[in-house]
Amino acid sequence: MSLSSLVFASLSVAPLAIIGICLSGSRPNLREAVSILASAILITLNLVLLGQLPDGAVTTWHSGEMLPGLRLELAVEPLGILFAIIASTLWLVTVVYAIGYMRSHEEQNQTRFYAFFALSIGCVMGIAFAGNLLTLFLFYELLTLSTWPLVVHAGTDKARQGGGVYLGLLLGTSVLFFLPAIFLTWWTAGTVTFTPGGVFNADTNPVVLSVLLVLFVFGVGKAAMMPFHRWLPAAMVAPTPVSALLHAVAVVKAGVFSILKIGVYIFGLEQLSAAESREWLLYLAGFSLLAASIVAMRQDNLKARLAYSTVSQLAYVSLGVLLAVPAGVTGGGLQIAMHAFGKITLFFCAGAILVASHKTRVSELSGLGRQMPFTMGAFLLASLSIVGLPPTGGTWSKFYLMLGTLEAGALLLAAALILSSLLNIVYLTLIPVRAFWRFDGRDVPASRADIQEAPLACCLAIGFTATCCVMLFLFPGPLLTLISRIPGAGG
Amino acid sequence: MLSQLPVLPVLLPLIGAPACALLRRPTLAWVFACLVAVLAFLCTVSLFTTTWQEGVQTYALGGWPSPWGIEYRIDLLNALVLLVVSGIGAAILLASRASVWQEIGETRRGLFYVACLLCLAGLLGIAATGDAFNLFVFLEISSLSTYALVAMGPDRRALLAAYNYLIMGTIGATFILIGIGFLYMLTGTLSMADLGERLPAMGESRTAFAAYAFIVVGVCLKLALFPLHLWLPGAYTRAPSIVTVFLAATSTKVALYVLIRFTYSVFHLEFSQLAQALDTVFIALGVIAVFAGSLVAIFEADLKRGLAYSSVAQIGFMVIGLGIGTVEGLQASLIHLFNHALMKGALFLALAAFILRVGSSNFSSLRGIGRRMPLATAAFVLAGISLIGIPGTAGFISKWYLVLAAAAQQQWILLGLILAGSLLTAVYIWRFVETAYAEPEGDSVIQRNEAPLGMLLVIVLLALLNLYFGFDSRLPVETAGGAAQALLGGDAS
Repeated sequence: MSLSSLVFASLSVAPLAIIGICLSGSRPNLREAVSILASAILITLNLVLLGQLPDGAVTTWHSGEMLPGLRLELAVEPLGILFAIIASTLWLVTVVYAIGYMRSHEEQNQTRFYAFFALSIGCVMGIAFAGNLLTLFLFYELLTLSTWPLVVHAGTDKARQGGGVYLGLLLGTSVLFFLPAIFLTWWTAGTVTFTPGGVFNADTNPVVLSVLLVLFVFGVGKAAMMPFHRWLPAAMVAPTPVSALLHAVAVVKAGVFSILKIGVYIFGLEQLSAAESREWLLYLAGFSLLAASIVAMRQDNLKARLAYSTVSQLAYVSLGVLLAVPAGVTGGGLQIAMHAFGKITLFFCAGAILVASHKTRVSELSGLGRQMPFTMGAFLLASLSIVGLPPTGGTWSKFYLMLGTLEAGALLLAAALILSSLLNIVYLTLIPVRAFWRFDGRDVPASRADIQEAPLACCLAIGFTATCCVMLFLFPGPLLTLISRIPGAGG
Repeated sequence: MLSQLPVLPVLLPLIGAPACALLRRPTLAWVFACLVAVLAFLCTVSLFTTTWQEGVQTYALGGWPSPWGIEYRIDLLNALVLLVVSGIGAAILLASRASVWQEIGETRRGLFYVACLLCLAGLLGIAATGDAFNLFVFLEISSLSTYALVAMGPDRRALLAAYNYLIMGTIGATFILIGIGFLYMLTGTLSMADLGERLPAMGESRTAFAAYAFIVVGVCLKLALFPLHLWLPGAYTRAPSIVTVFLAATSTKVALYVLIRFTYSVFHLEFSQLAQALDTVFIALGVIAVFAGSLVAIFEADLKRGLAYSSVAQIGFMVIGLGIGTVEGLQASLIHLFNHALMKGALFLALAAFILRVGSSNFSSLRGIGRRMPLATAAFVLAGISLIGIPGTAGFISKWYLVLAAAAQQQWILLGLILAGSLLTAVYIWRFVETAYAEPEGDSVIQRNEAPLGMLLVIVLLALLNLYFGFDSRLPVETAGGAAQALLGGDAS
């Protein structure tokens, strides 16, 4: 198949899946089979695309002009493929997990749930293959709208409140900052197409670039840069599989992916380093990742703690881009992948704990390792990946980011990264450690009869993602090759 | 093409109305009214393509050439407004049956359609005529029939609303008449093209200013520009649902047309000192309308009333475009005129369907409507998204051009205000979405109960048009561009 038909196929999987899901709504087994089949097809398509990956960004399709000089464009480039593969793989895993979770939790409206789930993934594919800012923006907004029903799935007042914050912040930032930024880009450069090396002329007014950078960084609210991060904890009212896929992978990664893509393909590293506001934003990112870690330490609710940890980890990617050095971009790209696998494992574990033992608070988890050794073991591995310690994939992303800060000569930020990793150990890694050893002398020897794990489907998913965390440490080669092909990552 | 084409869209409903009054059976009256409206629409389509290809079309009534006789003069601006009004009018009449049968007593249904046709004739007449006094006559025809239509609302509060509208509307019409009288006194002509040639030669005439002031205030009353909007929420809320759709999608659009026509074709304010002062006033009032209208809409407990206030806000957007005063600004204003007719048409028609099935437009009774009427609700949400201005919908095109016009004038604060105004739209639209897809109160099992097929088809069609014109915006954009160019191009012809 040609590139353009592959991209189309990849985009059409989700809409077809939705039709299938809606038609088979009354037969749950068939319905879930449709989801699994669709995600498997999507992974295959994306892998084939990876095999045919051309150099640079290749426009595969464009529409007629919607507005003068503005049209919808689809393009294939390394960063997009990376994001598409991660999202589709984790869609498959999450569907498997959701089967176990949703059924044992007896959630209502499961057909709607799976349909909107597929729709969100469709939007993510659109974001991944967007060839210009307008297309990106279109799918970005669609993703916000299509995830809203998932966030308020429970239908309670609390869920609606969270949904309101979610929608308000994401829609608000995108309309108030992102849209003007797109407009200003078009105004200044005459194009919004993603171009390796950036679209701006060398003599573009640096003040305009500065303003644009600020607008983009805050406009992409999904990247959860402080002070526009409140939507992320608010959205944790969603069922756990939603939090897992959307708020560890699809939505938040769509945010930092957009930032990375804009940094590389709209600004280009040279122009990026010319923008004066970059430095200011860089330190905001540094502040963001530390502050979110500190807030996370104070959260007793496990999901809220994970949410703030996500805010912190997202700032790593923004920081990587804003460093405007090749190692920073590489680190940012790696961080998208590593954090996706690590965080989704953590969310899966949180859901498994809820299903098996109905516990949501961190303080209740001491000693739980006796009942759920497998889940807690996976939790430990994943938290190591978030911290950035061997033998997990997170090591590499943290390594490159550190390299980037040194390359850029920002020692203060290097210190912030180290400090944040230490904080991570305190608020994440200690949870599974306490689950195995209570340190208060009340440890009881475990017998096999005490073991009470989550449903098999959940454990399968957790096992897979936790294994991935380790595999990405042992064999980061293919990932690094792919990332090195991103213009500016310096392969 | 037919040489009578410019007058046909007006003539058809004007003759059709008394003919309709002769029909005794309401169903027959409905069929007849639909037929007339569809024919008028086909005529405007043909008129539009002719104007598009061959330029300005003129028709001298009774063979008396302008400036002695009444001349119908169709340029791109007229053609665009005619197209919107007749198209939406025909669609609404086609969809009206179920809702009218529910809300209007059996004896008055036939007369309802007579009034509808008269109103349509008036609105089309305003948009087609090139004579200032003839314009006033058609304004009165449309206004009087509108008062009657509003008064037919389902409960007695409609009478009060109609009365309010009558008072305000009459004041507006009187002001317009006084203005036209001044113009006649000054120049001795009533033909707008002729006026346009003579008035600039008068210099900075005080009488001309007074005439313009009277006309602007009068038209703004009709347009319901803040703070002259007070009649609108009541009239929209209390009128029969179908009338509300009709008014929201057509009547204010025609008023905007009159304002543009008088400002740029008759008075040529673009060359005048007064223009800059007025531009500021228009922009300021427009911005206030956007924020005040949207804020009230956000806190309104009744969806119909909320949408009425949303109309006040959207008129604000159009007036902002007008106030920017450049070709781009005017173009944005006209694009929004076109797109807003599609959005509000779909929104109010879907609302009419809800009222038909639920019996109320209160938020509390609309809980769970998304399950009862999935298609109509989806259409409502789609049109609402278009109203917000999300890319991929017609509303985005409107907002883009408005922002473009503001940026071209370096009005960055205005740009920010426009975007913030769009966000407020999102708040009240989303309030509906939350309600529509919320679990219903109590344990009542919800039966699926869609709107009648004919109505549903029109609702879905209008909503899909919002989508279509979001991707292929050539029709409104190029027509509006051409019309704005012709108005501000400097050449009066």
